[in-house]
Amino acid sequence: MDFSFTAEQERFRREVREYLEREVPPRWKELGYLIWEETDESWDITRQWNRKLGEKGWLALTWPRVYGGQERSHIDQLILDEEMARAGTPTGIETAITIGWVCPTIMLFGTEEQKLRYLPDAAKGRIIFCLGYSEPNAGSDLAAVRTTAVEDGDHYVINGQKVWTTVAHRADYCWLAARTDPDAPKHKGVSMFVVDMKSPGITVKPLINILGFHSFNEVFFDEVRVPKENLVGQKNMGWYQLAVALDFERSGVGTPARMHRTIDRLVAYCRQTRRNGRLLSEDPVIRKKLARLSVEAEVLRLLCYRITWIQEKGKTPNYEASLTKVFASELLDRLANTGMEILGPYGMLDRGSPRAALRGEILRLYLTSPSMGIGGGTSEIQRNIIAMRGLGLPRK
Amino acid sequence: MELELTEEQRMLKTAASGFLKKECPPALAWEMREDERGYPPSLWQKMIEMGWTGVMVPETYGGIGGDFMDLCVILEALGEVCAPGPFFSTVVLGGLAVMELGTEAQKEALLSRIATGECIMALAADEEEAWCDASFIKTRGLREAGGYRISGTKLFVENAHVADIILCVVTGPAEGSLSVLLVQGDAPGLRITPLKTLAGERQCEVVFDRVEVKASDVLGEAEKAAPGFDRLLDQAAVAKCAELVGCLQTAFDMTVAYAKEREQFGRPIGSFQAVQHHCADMLIDLDGARFATYQAAWRIAGRMPWSREVAVAKAWTSDVARKVTLKAHQIHGAISFCEEHPLHVFYRKAKSGEVAFGDADFHLERVAGGLGL
Ligand SMILES: Cc1cc2nc3c(=O)[nH]c(=O)nc-3n(C[C@H](O)[C@H](O)[C@H](O)COP(=O)(O)OP(=O)(O)OC[C@H]3O[C@@H](n4cnc5c(N)ncnc54)[C@H](O)[C@@H]3O)c2cc1C
Repeated sequence: MDFSFTAEQERFRREVREYLEREVPPRWKELGYLIWEETDESWDITRQWNRKLGEKGWLALTWPRVYGGQERSHIDQLILDEEMARAGTPTGIETAITIGWVCPTIMLFGTEEQKLRYLPDAAKGRIIFCLGYSEPNAGSDLAAVRTTAVEDGDHYVINGQKVWTTVAHRADYCWLAARTDPDAPKHKGVSMFVVDMKSPGITVKPLINILGFHSFNEVFFDEVRVPKENLVGQKNMGWYQLAVALDFERSGVGTPARMHRTIDRLVAYCRQTRRNGRLLSEDPVIRKKLARLSVEAEVLRLLCYRITWIQEKGKTPNYEASLTKVFASELLDRLANTGMEILGPYGMLDRGSPRAALRGEILRLYLTSPSMGIGGGTSEIQRNIIAMRGLGLPRK
Repeated sequence: MELELTEEQRMLKTAASGFLKKECPPALAWEMREDERGYPPSLWQKMIEMGWTGVMVPETYGGIGGDFMDLCVILEALGEVCAPGPFFSTVVLGGLAVMELGTEAQKEALLSRIATGECIMALAADEEEAWCDASFIKTRGLREAGGYRISGTKLFVENAHVADIILCVVTGPAEGSLSVLLVQGDAPGLRITPLKTLAGERQCEVVFDRVEVKASDVLGEAEKAAPGFDRLLDQAAVAKCAELVGCLQTAFDMTVAYAKEREQFGRPIGSFQAVQHHCADMLIDLDGARFATYQAAWRIAGRMPWSREVAVAKAWTSDVARKVTLKAHQIHGAISFCEEHPLHVFYRKAKSGEVAFGDADFHLERVAGGLGL
């Protein structure tokens, strides 16, 4: 048993930390945006930042060199993710979608030509994918997608509607799940496509989220023609490919690192804020709440480390990713809520309000809470996976 | 024992809920967050016409002479739609303050104006370092020839920006003493800055810069307001619970209806045990909140000792408000993460109600004290 990092890994951590301390754009810190908060300005900052990381080779650290990677270890990736979260680098979900989900799937199932076409650009931070999975009637039941892709000469013609498509209004490509065999059982008729978002026939309609930002969309496909070579993997096997792809999400170690940062801020706030005759930091109830969060964030960090360790051994995590996701999303709820409890009446004040505590960040975090157990597979579905796939509990 | 509302209360409830569901959908509360007043005056006017502002005002002063339970019935209906407006600050905080503390003459003058809707009120109590506990108030009332002079800053004052009268809670001159002063909304020396809040309620920072108040504008007896003010805060806490019960009921109803209607995997999501258990847990929380609130309201209405029951109601209801509305989001899935969907308004209201007049931790401490700890 050994929880430590090697001297070389520690050196890499220091290198990353020093770089980030120097380079994170001050304007990004000023904006203080959370997940699902995004404007033209923040998008530009994030894109520039990703190109910068891409040039350093830090965007796709573990990928093979031919695809723009550095062939570094998963542990190095973990260190990088942890430090970037700690430093609060410019980031949005689109990087996780592109680098963490879509590209690894292309790497696994795509042709050599497809890999060379998308991966090096993604590794340089030049292209962004959105995820075209969910539809009005296909949420948790992803295999129920009704969007169709019908062969026509050397093209597929796509018709249908996607929904909740994050960054569809900014992405270069859509990673699309569409039905290619309407007669087969629902799991056996879905294929995956890369669709250029500039294709004629695509309409993107904004949806405003509860944080008041335009992050997700409805996307309509009306006779959209996609070259046949854009089908990735085996025709009609898309659902199975997706199920595998869900397992190599990254460790998620950024979450506990960000949590520790928020806990530190709350601690600083408590040490300088008096309420009803004493410093908040002297209130035993508050002390215990913060201590508990700190314990939970530490446990989460270890669960994330385990995922990396499994990958490092050359294996694919199974139920462990689901387990970590449920715990992380519920812990984020608790963090946001505890933060609100600690701030009390000040927690009610939004970003931009006079007297807002911690720039309204905790309130904003509280508003992200309802999304945590929903997006990327709901907590109920994750628990089903843990129980059935992980523990082998009977289905009936 | 009778754990149901009376016939009249049921009628009042049905009428109020029916009216509000028609005239005041939850989306309205959200739209009004950007409005300068924060509510449509026409809606407020209709509430006045229906007699709600006079629900607890004695008939001799032009009200309908109901009790605290009747007030809670209306609050529950308001909570069901997250209704915006000055009802809470005027009728609950203003009205009850006058009833608890005012002289006969003040009651006559003010309660009738509350009943007719002529007078919008706001309560200025909390401060930078004083929250839900008057003993830490620092804003001072200095005695001057013919009256008082107030200096200090009050926070989280709901509806101060539209108030005809701001009730300012001050301490002094005697150490630890408390007075409630009636300050006209346009008094010289008042500076009102709106704050931007989670649920869109109009809370303000109110600076009192040597604001003058006549001796006759002390509510009741000068420097003796502490016990009456504590009673006011207790009642406000239960009133907030009543509002929350309405809010949670709607979130719950929406969720159960959605669980029956939304299908995934070829069946209603409400047929999955995970979803069923969530709904069952929500009902445990909600039923508990309802009866804890009714018990406290009943004791207040009957002027029975209420300290423990109030703390129990607010501790429980505060705690479950967030849980119920978060589960409602969970069962709705992504659709509830849209601004256009009304659920987030309930999620926001639940949190702001949780914090108002003491959160669970605050009231648990009172319960602990009551246990002899
Ligand atoms: C902020 C945000 C961003 C998103 N971005 C994207 C995106 O970019 N691309 C994309 O394709 N999708 C995106 N999604 C959609 C997301 O993938 C879906 O919301 C998710 O799969 C759940 O589907 P649903 O919302 O339709 O809920 P439903 O599937 O309708 O579920 C409703 C409720 O029923 C429960 N339920 C359903 N089935 C079962 C079952 N078998 N057992 C127990 N409980 C069950 C669920 O857990 C949930 O509580 C996003 C969602 C959010 C909130």
